Amino acid sequence: MLHAVLSAATEGGETRSPVIPEWYDIIWSSVCFVIILVFFWKFVLPRVQKMLDERAEAIEGNIAKADEAQRKAEAALEEYTAQLADARAEAGRIRETAREDGKKIVAEAKDQAVTEAARVTASAQAQIDAERQSALVSLRSEVGTIAIDLASGVVGETLSDDQRAKAVVDRFLAELEAEQASTGGTK
Amino acid sequence: MFDVARAELHAPKQEIALLATAANLLVPTATDDGEFHGPSIDEFFPGALLFEGTPFEIDRIMLVRFVAVAALLLVFWLGTRRMRVVPGRFQSLVEMGLDVVRVNIADDLLGKKDGKRFLPILTTIFFMVLFMNITGIIPFLNIAGTSVIGVPLVLAIVSYVTFIYAGVKKSPKNFFKNSLFPSGVPWPVYIIVTPIELISTFIIRPVTLTLRLMMNMIVGHLLLVLFFAATQFFFFTAGGWYTLFGVGTLAFGFVFTLFEILVAVLQAYVFALLTAVYIQLAVAEEH
Repeated sequence: MLHAVLSAATEGGETRSPVIPEWYDIIWSSVCFVIILVFFWKFVLPRVQKMLDERAEAIEGNIAKADEAQRKAEAALEEYTAQLADARAEAGRIRETAREDGKKIVAEAKDQAVTEAARVTASAQAQIDAERQSALVSLRSEVGTIAIDLASGVVGETLSDDQRAKAVVDRFLAELEAEQASTGGTK
Repeated sequence: MFDVARAELHAPKQEIALLATAANLLVPTATDDGEFHGPSIDEFFPGALLFEGTPFEIDRIMLVRFVAVAALLLVFWLGTRRMRVVPGRFQSLVEMGLDVVRVNIADDLLGKKDGKRFLPILTTIFFMVLFMNITGIIPFLNIAGTSVIGVPLVLAIVSYVTFIYAGVKKSPKNFFKNSLFPSGVPWPVYIIVTPIELISTFIIRPVTLTLRLMMNMIVGHLLLVLFFAATQFFFFTAGGWYTLFGVGTLAFGFVFTLFEILVAVLQAYVFALLTAVYIQLAVAEEH
């Protein structure tokens, strides 16, 4: 049928069927094909492949870089947060220490004051005791002198001889003390 | 499998019908009017220009093919001369073209590994067909380099040899057995299945590849010639009210020119895609 139609279309003359190939047609087609095949195979596709590899590498490199940056940023953030927490804890600790130190200082001051007061009291007491003692001594000697003067006046005899006077006074005082002790003891 | 076979069995019939219709369109026009010169099949056999009678004869269509090859080499040489990781406009365009084959055909159908193996063949088929098809609508060339049987036939043979090579390489002992005696059917069915498989796989495939491409291009060219020849006739020979017809045929010619661009791309895609499908069927595990 195909042939019939085609021969009708060509209106007689030399009928050439389009499905019967000529040798030159095949040869030149093959030449074209081989040229294009070699061109693509050896020239175009390797270049494209190389470029695609480079591109993939570049993209992967960028992604890796971005990951790295992300990781670094996160690490830095963590570090800062940790440092902040540390600083807060440090501040709290310092405050606590200061408060305790204050308390200690106050307590020490209080202690010192108490001790000082005690010392002052004690020294005052000691001074008082000493003065009393010295008063007692001076009083004793004065009382002795007065008594001897008085007795001299009465006796008319000088008792200015120290040795004797002293002995008299002492005896007197001893008697006085003994009397006192006996009365105290009887009471 | 059978679906593919059936589609292939139908394809040449449709194409032959298409050609017959186109040819029938021409016959009355060409004979009814003495002055009107309609297109004829002789368009595809212009006289020899060089080396007449030798196996290296060059006619106009061979020259058109050389121009297409030169254009292809130029475009891809310029596009891949200095490839950058961040592409410029022209490189993007060339990359997009190459990606049609690399991603949509090779990787999708054959997977990364086999896709890479057969990429040069598939790329060559796609762009050779595309560039030789598109010459059909380029002014002054005006005929597709694929409209003469040589290129479709050579490429069909390449496709045929490639898928048989792929299958034999994959399973040297079982390729033909698996192709002709598909597993999983009871043996009496082989009486029917084996001849069908033999015809569909080893005869119909290359024939349909050849005819589909060539007939599409022949018919496209004849239609364009018909429309523009008629336009010329109505405008300058018939005149008068016939000019209105001329406007109509001119419009149709324009529309069909656009349609031919679509057909050119589509046929290139189909040729490369079918080759990939055949390779994929040949290397598939269950085969």
